[in-house]
Parts: sequence; structure tokens; C-alpha cells
Amino acid sequence: MDETMAKKLDKVDVVIIGSGWSGGIVAAELAKKGYQVVGLERGKDQSIEDFIGAKDELRYTRRSEMTQDLTMESFTVRNTLDESAIPIRDKAGFNIGTNTGGMSVHWTGVTFRWLPFDFEIKSKLVEKYGEEIIPKDMTIHDWGITYDELEKYYDQFEKTAGIAGEDNPLGPERSDDYPNPPVKETPSVQLFQEAAKELGYHPYRLPSANADQDYENPDGETINACVYCAFCTLHGCDFGAKADPIVTVLKTAKETNNYDLRNGAYAKRILHDGERATGVLYVDTETGEEYEQPADLVVSAAFTFTNTRLLLLSEIGKPYDFKAGKGVIGKNYTGHHTNIGLVGATGFFENKKFNNFAGAGALGATIDDYNPEQLDHLEEGFLHGYEVYILQEGNPPISGNNVPEGTPLWGKEFKEKSLHYANRQITLAHQYGSLPWNHNFLDLDPNYTDAFGDPLLRITCKYTDHDRNINRQALEKSKEILEQMGADIIQAPEITDETEFSGADVEAHSAGGVIMGEDAESSAVNNYSQMWDMENLFVVGASSFPHFGHHNPTGTVGAMAYRAAEGMIKYLEAGGGLLVEAKRGRRMA
Amino acid sequence: MSNQESKESKDEKGSSEEAEIGSQDVSRRAFLKNAGVATGGVIGGALLGGLFTQSLQTDTKPTTSPAPEDVKEFMEARMFFTRYEDFAVLEQATERIFPEDDNGPGAIGLGVPFFIDKQLAGPWGMNAKDYRQGPFPGSGASIDQSIQTRGEVFLQGLRMMNQLSTEKFDKTFDQADEEQQIEVLQAFEAGDVAMKGVDSSSFFMLLRESTLEGVYSDPLYGGNKDMEGWKMKEFPGAVPSYTDIIESEEFVKMDPISLTDYQQKS
Repeated sequence: MDETMAKKLDKVDVVIIGSGWSGGIVAAELAKKGYQVVGLERGKDQSIEDFIGAKDELRYTRRSEMTQDLTMESFTVRNTLDESAIPIRDKAGFNIGTNTGGMSVHWTGVTFRWLPFDFEIKSKLVEKYGEEIIPKDMTIHDWGITYDELEKYYDQFEKTAGIAGEDNPLGPERSDDYPNPPVKETPSVQLFQEAAKELGYHPYRLPSANADQDYENPDGETINACVYCAFCTLHGCDFGAKADPIVTVLKTAKETNNYDLRNGAYAKRILHDGERATGVLYVDTETGEEYEQPADLVVSAAFTFTNTRLLLLSEIGKPYDFKAGKGVIGKNYTGHHTNIGLVGATGFFENKKFNNFAGAGALGATIDDYNPEQLDHLEEGFLHGYEVYILQEGNPPISGNNVPEGTPLWGKEFKEKSLHYANRQITLAHQYGSLPWNHNFLDLDPNYTDAFGDPLLRITCKYTDHDRNINRQALEKSKEILEQMGADIIQAPEITDETEFSGADVEAHSAGGVIMGEDAESSAVNNYSQMWDMENLFVVGASSFPHFGHHNPTGTVGAMAYRAAEGMIKYLEAGGGLLVEAKRGRRMA
Repeated sequence: MSNQESKESKDEKGSSEEAEIGSQDVSRRAFLKNAGVATGGVIGGALLGGLFTQSLQTDTKPTTSPAPEDVKEFMEARMFFTRYEDFAVLEQATERIFPEDDNGPGAIGLGVPFFIDKQLAGPWGMNAKDYRQGPFPGSGASIDQSIQTRGEVFLQGLRMMNQLSTEKFDKTFDQADEEQQIEVLQAFEAGDVAMKGVDSSSFFMLLRESTLEGVYSDPLYGGNKDMEGWKMKEFPGAVPSYTDIIESEEFVKMDPISLTDYQQKS
């Protein structure tokens, strides 16, 4: 790469790759402090004007218009080392964000905190059961930060986004209530909670980034009240009622006049001299020209996969080598993979009818009775836990055609039954703690390239019995609750020993590749998301998660971004230095 | 047909506890009242100005102007399929997947074949947003991995339906009877038909999904004609707000509204 061909721009304090929650939160916090910040967003600009009138299941849900199209870049997938990875080709169904605000614009808004257990997962398991309980291929480790230390950042993010919720009866301590009370309850959600209580569980409402009342956040931005239109997921909100970076942190950042967000700015490399990051090399996709944006501080705040890929392409950090059992960049790929983790049990009701066409992205309830702090792991045979929840986000007509098992999937009987049960069904879903294995990792593909000729990111991932078992159990509990709810026909997909990961199962809930930890040998970043090996480079996002909890990730993404922003300010004010002392290990020479 | 008539003509199934609110009161005033909008807030007037078309800003009920029998449907012509015989196969295949019955129209009556034709002529049919670099795996590929575009796969699949029908029954697919057509489709569904460069069961899945898209997508795309697909499913379409019914214990029936009434127009 001949960097001298790129046009070198004037240096700024901070350059941030990405404009989702991570990039947006960091931009707002730094811009508010007076730093000159440049944001590089590969996609186009978008705002609420683009979302008005956008209630279109074909365009946004089926064709996935808001997500990354795969002409510039895609990903390859394989299960094991001896296979050639094949590319994900179909843009629809592979929902990776892009454009101003990123995936955080077309998200559903479910916003959880993870558990104290999660952040000290290894030491807590070892303390309770001994080292032997951890399978030898499982690569969990402590995050290098505790829930107590992270709590105030959770609180900060929840207030920025106006999260509407109620206390988790089995959850960790909170310093303050949610800024908004739970959204309205529907009969299905009521029915779930009643049934859960009858079974001895402790249901509570899903924490939602769509609130039932207008809300002004601490930065002075207004989020409107949700109107339950049920076009949340994969759509922008035409009502400004879903907390997203556009109506909150990006707006705040722009108002300071210290933030210059450039669209069509496709980051190709993080530039460095081996010791320090010097800036970002990017392509202006409206002209095709290359630019170098120098900065004192570089932040990679793109999605999990892009953060990892940029480090690998830029040759920063030590790439993970599974065979050699060494390296860090690319390791610990985890996620809520679709065919085991985002399936659910469906109940069909003969004598009840629900307004299934109405709903909101995070309108629902859940139980934490099977979270890892409640379980005896020796008995269970898996080392994390799961939640079982109801989410009434709307049963859209094209995608929602569930029929009882045994019904043909097309023809007379299919039509009859799919119409009959359209508003006479409830699906309960679950999410599981997805733990990392040494054989699940990210690296660069040897065969396929992007539009610039750079190798695609390759995902190597396979399920273990541990992964399958935890999800089988969760499905059983879903069925149990549906029975208590009075469903006449209950069914769930079967997770067999052959159920395996594929490109179709890569989800927005994906983490790892640039993981957080206590030392430079086993992790890439410290608890401020600062690279151990390059102190003026911060890599912010779910790429930093060493494992995946049993709840949605965005609350933790937001909290980590606020912490990272605080760290960056400390770093800039101090004029340098690592913000955390590594437990052991050496800095890279 | 007035809203009242259309309700009474529907056969009520299941629960008798259904609130009938008729056409939605989608006037601007009602929307504001129900939604509790912060009109002085970040969006304010600009949003509301863009949210409703002229017809919805008055308090009159939106009228679904009935289409006279002799109105010309200019959009019902082919832009992808050049041969009528291929289109005829598509019509029959989609009709077998979603047939006309007592509930209401089938795929043909809903405009599904023309919907699919338009989709195949557009970016989706050309895989324009997909990753298209080789190498490709060759034979037996799923739709996702096939070197052929969706348009090419459809053409090949429909022609092979004719071929199979002719081999088995000595009739083209559109001339075969219902049972025979179903038998042919089942062979594709099972992956038993040797297609080139793509697996037949994967083609069948694409056909089925496209049919359902044609039944239930917004009528702007050429299917779901007169919103009859939504009416059968009791799906109200592009509704601005459900704040007033979201807590309702009863099922709420509504006349559907499509994007042509929801989006701002000049």
C-alpha cells in the first residue's frame, strides 16, 4: 500500500471509524470536552426524514435495505480448519449495519445490563467449582473490570437512551431507577408474566429503548413517545421514538461544532509506525480518491467484524493462530447464533386472539431464573445460563406464517391454517450465554477479496454439545411456559447433534476478535478499550467482549463506550500512557 | 363497498369478542391525541407535515375507491418474462402455493405473478446487492451460493416444471390438472429434479417465499391486490399508531391502509 498516494489532511485530535452507538458516544463525549473530532462513516447519511413513511416489510425486513450491501465487502464462513470458507452472498438476512448511526438505528431497542458473574466469569466459576469444570478448549477469562465499576456507565447509557424498564428481581444492584417506566403491556405479555409467576419464576419487563412518554436526555435531546406501530426491527423510526445515535449522541456531537462526520468514508487501514497509531487511510466513495486523516488518537468503533478486520489488515497486534495456540486478534468469536440461539417455541391458541399486528421492538417480558448466577453448573452441564422471554414486536404478514407441525408449507391447508393462526399464536424466544472456544475465531480469508482487493474476514465457528445443550434446555422451558399460558398446540424446532453453524446463522449479536482482559498476552484491549500494544488506539464495540452474555448486548456496548470515552479524555489530558496496568505479560516490542 | 358492508360480509371465525372500529380515525388530530407527540420537540411540525397525505388530514374517513370492472391495469404486463408460456407456468405454480379459497383470492387474483415478474426485473432479480465474486461451488448449490442470478434460476426452474410435467403427464404444466401440478411441485420441493447450477429444493423455497411476498407486501409492488392479502390475514398495513389499542383485551379489526395513503405526496 503506497500511502504517499493518499492526500494527507490536516491533523485533528481524534479520528473515529464508525458512527453507531460506540462511535457516536465517543464522538459526543470528546466533542463536548472541546476536542476536534473527525468521524469516518463508510455509508451514507440518513436522518428521520429518510424514515418517514417507511413501513414496508418487503423493502426493509425482507430485502434488508438499511443494512450493508455485500457488493463492496462480505465475509466467509467455515466450520473447521480443513474446510475452505464460503462467502455470505445474499445481502438479505445478513444484517450488518451501515450508514449514519449504523445498526443502532434499525435495532429493536432491547437494552440489558449483564451480570457481575459475566465480568469475572472465570474466577467465579473456578472459585465455586474448581479449575476442572472449565473444558480445556473453552477460552473464557475475566474482563478486567467488575460490574460495580461498570455500573455508572450503564446508568449513563440508559439515561442517554431513555431506557424504559423496571428492576430485575434477580439482577444486580442499580444506583438509580430506569429513566422511564416500562412501556404499555399487552394481553400476551400479561399472560406470559402470569404463567411465569404461577410456575414460580420472577418475570419482569424487557428494558426498552422505545419509551411510552416523551423524554429529554441529559444532553438535552428529545426522544418521542413510541406509538407501537410494530415496524421497529430493520426499520428506522419514523417517529423519532426509538433511541438511536442519530437523535441522541450524534446530534449532541454536531451541536458542539467540534465533530465533522464524513460519509462515504471507507476506512481501509489504521496507519501506524509500529508503536503508535498515526491516523486512518480511507477512500472517499463519492470520488474514489484516498485520504489520510492524521490524529493524536485513533478510535476504531465499527462493528465487531470490521474492528477485527481492520487490525488484521493494518498489521496491528498479534493475529490469533489457532494451530499454534498463540496470538490475540481474532480470537473468542461468540454470538447468539440464529439456528440455536434465536429460535423459539410457538404456541397456537384456539380460544384466544391477539392483536399480533401491533407491538414495539422491545415490548415484552423475560425471566432471569435461569441466569448463570441462579444455576448450579455442575448439575446443568453448561457454564452459563439463558433467559426465556416474550417479545411482541409484531407478527409481520410475509415473514410470520407459522403453522402447526405437520401442516404442509404451501397449498390449501397451509393457507387455511396460516390465516387462522396469524393472530392466534405466541412465540417465546430465548438467549443463551455464548462461551468462547479456541476453535471459534476470526481471521483473513485466502481466497475471497473485497472491492479493493483486500481479503475478506473469515469466520471459523462450530457448535459444541455445550452450546446445543444450553439451547435445548431453554427451548424446553419455553414450551413449559407456553403450556402454562394455555396454548393448545406447542412446538419448537429440534436442535440435533447435526445442527451446525453456517453463514445463515451469523447475527447482529456477534462479539469478539479484539477482546478485553487483564493482560496483554490473552487480550487485545484493557478495560478502557485501549489497545495494550498501541496506547493511542482504542477499539470500541462488542469486538471487545471475551464472551457473550445471555441478554442483548447493546446496553453493555453503550456502557463500555462511555467508559472508553472517559479513558480517552484521561489519556489526552495526561498526554499519553496506558490507563490500566496489565496483570502480567509484556508490551509488544 | 362501504366499510360497514365489507365488515358484515366477512365470516367471523373464533372469538366473538372483537372490537370493530371500522376505518381507523387517522386524522391528524386523533393521531396527536393518541400518540402524545411532543410537537415542540426535535421533530415537531416537520414530521407531522410529512406523515400524512392530504386525504388523511381531514376528518373524513378514507375512502377506498372501488375499482370499476373496466379500469385498465397498466401495471399488469411483463417486464422480465419474455415468453408467455413461462409466465403461465409461474401463474399456475404460485396459485398452487397460495390458492383461491373461501377465505379469498389466490396468488393470481392477488397479482402475485406480476409482482414476481417485477421483482425479477429489478435489482433483487439481478442479485445486484449480493457478493458475486467467484469461485462458485458448482452443481447442487443452494440459491445463496449459485452462480446464477435469481432471474436465471426462476427461468430455468419454470421451464423445467414444464419439462417434468410433459414427461410425466404429456401436458405442459399450465395444462396439467391441480393434482398433477402439485406432484410436480413436490418433486422440486424434495430436491428430486436435476437443475443446473442450483438445487431444485432451494429454487422451490425461493418460489414459495416470493409467492408469500407477493401475497402480503404493500400493494405498491404489484401484489396484494386491493390489499386482499392483508384483509384475509386481518393485518391492517401501514398504520401510524396503535397507541389506542395496544392494551386492548379484544381483537381489533381494522380496514387496512397502504403506503399510498400513508406516505406524503404532492
